Amino acid sequence: MDRQKLQRIGVTAASSVAAVLFALVICGIILLLTGRSPSHVYQTMWDAAGERRIQYDAIQRATPLMFAGCAVALGFKMNLFNIGVEGQYRIAALVTAIVGTRIGFLPAPLHVAVELAVACICGAAWAGIAAFMKVRRGVNEVIATIMLNAIAISLAAWLFNTYFRYTQGNSQNVTTRPIPRSGWMPDIVKDQLNGFFIVALLVVFAYWIVVFKSRFGFRLRASGHNDVAAKTSGISSKRMIVTALLLSGAVAGFIGMQQTLGDSHAYSSQGFVDGIGFLGIAVALLGRNHPIGIVLSALLFGLLAASATKLGLIKVPQEIVQIIEGVIVLSVVIVNEASGRWVDKRTQQRAAHAVEHHLTQQGVTA
Amino acid sequence: MTTAEPNTEQPYAVELEGIEKRFPGVIANHDVSLKVRKGTIHAIVGENGAGKSTLMNTLYGMHQPEAGTIHVNGQQVHFKSPAEAIAVGIGMVHQHFMLADNLTVLENVILGAEPARRGVIRHAEGTAKVAALAKQIGAHVDLDAPLSALGVGQRQRVEILKVLYRGANILILDEPTAVLVPQEVDELFETLKVLVAGGATVIFISHKLDEVLAVSDEITVIRQGTTVGTVTPDSITRSRLGEMMVGSELPKPIPRVTKIGAAVRLEVNGASAKVVGPGSQKYVFQDIDIDVHEGEIVGVAGVEGNGQFELCEGILGLMPLTAGTIVLDGNDVTHETVRHRKDAGIGYIPFDRHREALMLSSPLWENTMLGRESQPKFNIGPLINVRGSQADCREIIHDFDVRTPGEDVPAFALSGGNQQKLIVGRELVNNPSVLIAAHPTRGVDIGAQNAIWARLRTARDAGMGVLLLSADLEELIALSDVIVVMFDGMITARLTPAQATPELLGLYMTGTRQEAAA
Repeated sequence: MDRQKLQRIGVTAASSVAAVLFALVICGIILLLTGRSPSHVYQTMWDAAGERRIQYDAIQRATPLMFAGCAVALGFKMNLFNIGVEGQYRIAALVTAIVGTRIGFLPAPLHVAVELAVACICGAAWAGIAAFMKVRRGVNEVIATIMLNAIAISLAAWLFNTYFRYTQGNSQNVTTRPIPRSGWMPDIVKDQLNGFFIVALLVVFAYWIVVFKSRFGFRLRASGHNDVAAKTSGISSKRMIVTALLLSGAVAGFIGMQQTLGDSHAYSSQGFVDGIGFLGIAVALLGRNHPIGIVLSALLFGLLAASATKLGLIKVPQEIVQIIEGVIVLSVVIVNEASGRWVDKRTQQRAAHAVEHHLTQQGVTA
Repeated sequence: MTTAEPNTEQPYAVELEGIEKRFPGVIANHDVSLKVRKGTIHAIVGENGAGKSTLMNTLYGMHQPEAGTIHVNGQQVHFKSPAEAIAVGIGMVHQHFMLADNLTVLENVILGAEPARRGVIRHAEGTAKVAALAKQIGAHVDLDAPLSALGVGQRQRVEILKVLYRGANILILDEPTAVLVPQEVDELFETLKVLVAGGATVIFISHKLDEVLAVSDEITVIRQGTTVGTVTPDSITRSRLGEMMVGSELPKPIPRVTKIGAAVRLEVNGASAKVVGPGSQKYVFQDIDIDVHEGEIVGVAGVEGNGQFELCEGILGLMPLTAGTIVLDGNDVTHETVRHRKDAGIGYIPFDRHREALMLSSPLWENTMLGRESQPKFNIGPLINVRGSQADCREIIHDFDVRTPGEDVPAFALSGGNQQKLIVGRELVNNPSVLIAAHPTRGVDIGAQNAIWARLRTARDAGMGVLLLSADLEELIALSDVIVVMFDGMITARLTPAQATPELLGLYMTGTRQEAAA
């Protein structure tokens, strides 16, 4: 049995790696077609990945992706497609940046804690709208969250521009009012690596415990897996939908925090991290909703993006990385499907074989 | 592969020799030999899972055997697909009909083989041809009726027409009587006899011995994937045939020795429920009164789709009642949640185990925990006690004889019978006051069926009440202390097992006879 379990894990991991390699090959072909040397590009990225500064940058970029991956994976586990992570973290980041400036009287750790709580509540509340629509009106969460994304992005921009613009001195950078120092998340390595990396690892760990180890998580997975069977067993699927989306939104609330509390110490319209919610879907898919998979996928995506910053030096557009990411997602879906079927078939064969064997043994002893 | 040898004697319609087929999760066919004479009804009997359907799928070209030869009308064949089997005149009527509800009878019959000129279907030609076939087999069906208006028996007739329309003269019928009431079975057999008289050959798969003995010219028995012999009906008794099938003597029904208690476990009082569709409201069940006493098995007979499923949902709390009450051990639970009712002592073996009972890709131990996960032994604080849950699952596997390599395999890896035993185990291990058992032995082999029946009897003798819903009349008569019949959402008869003959039940089940509910 253990061997079989190991094999399952092995096949899963191998299929994800294969998807990544496949994506690199496809992008290599694209590079060739545009008259560039894939080996030169990959070599440049590989060399960059060896640099300490790039590595820190990769982790910095991976941190919001881990939150995003967890948020999306939480939905997936309940068979919900939360595309609304993008909007949820926008709203959460803006509200948190504003609240953070008003509670400067709190001591440092408490100040940060309250800010994080606000971010979670905002993310959950925004996701809650979609949950409410689904449970009460049967609106598909994909439609609801896509619409809510558009609303969130416009709403945040409007609120920011109308009420919360603040110009620091003669700086070109328009932000909200800066958050006092007590509300900052400290760096682990000064100006290179922020403390949110640790928070992200803790959140991934919590995701693992809650989803895979707790009774609540069991009910969540059961509903996601077969909601009719879950209902028949007395698990309220409506409650599970609401809880899963609220939790997903709460985790999404963390995504913008590294920038807001650890980097610019304010919400800014320019250069605010965007598209993380969608990348989170890729992270969850590549990581197969597994905590370790999510961490590794986020780090991979972070590393790709960080090392791509060097591509400008050899006059290759950084967007090649986005193509790689896109192809990874497509190939991971295809490869997972195929390998999953193969593993299922093997499992069934083995079980049948074991039972047959068992039967003949019984026949001999009887 | 052996080479085709010219058959000097009268060639068989179908001749299978040394067929071997390996197939994950299903007992393989090995060393199967079958000779079917032209113009006969040849029955293939065996327990569920013995390999009958696998063998027929091989003959129909659904998959290729690993070894062995197939001859049709004396010619050796290698089918790569059903299309090739159809081309030499083999047709298959599946157990689950492959018909489109939104088309008419005629359209269903000609679908995929429409008489057409330049892409335009020639209805008149189709009608003439199908009508002639229908007349030939004595089927009275309105070719222009929508299929959705047809009953099960008529749908089967349409399936047969469809196969004949494609030029089949060798018909394979996979468990054709499983979905029919006794009167419809008789009609089917008449049709088959007409077909055979007209020169066709019928291969008829079943595990119901009485039918097989009544209708077949020859009977081949399959056990554990291989053929154990071919006999004629007049040379064998029912019990001897049963022995051939299971490899030992059929168990006799055990008369009950315990008494039904006075306490009422479950009271369903005047329960009704409606489905609200667009612009219409229809009762799915109406004015249902059922009492299940301590130690009593109440059988509910009925053709599927007459409100039994919804009634179960109503009792469990999955469907709200529009009137009436559900009382469990004296407590009114009409407005309680599903979880509350299950915790208060309702067990449920559902109609469709894949849909309603199992998480197919989750390990068995998670499946046996489902619905019971709030019990202390499955928890350490808010976390799942994995070891405890696995140990509990191992106990169920052992006590209910679930054949599996372990508790960690995903549920889909088990055969249907073993999945069912696992579910029965999960529901019984809680010692519910009432068990709602819907088709508890559907699709399981005789061994598992006997095991499940024995379990239900034991639990009943210990005081559990059982509401048994089944389409298998033999099961209902064997187990029930009282049988009610549901037709069109209402109870149309209440009978004792002694009164209930399959024929009488059939009359009530089809609505031919109705009796005011007592």
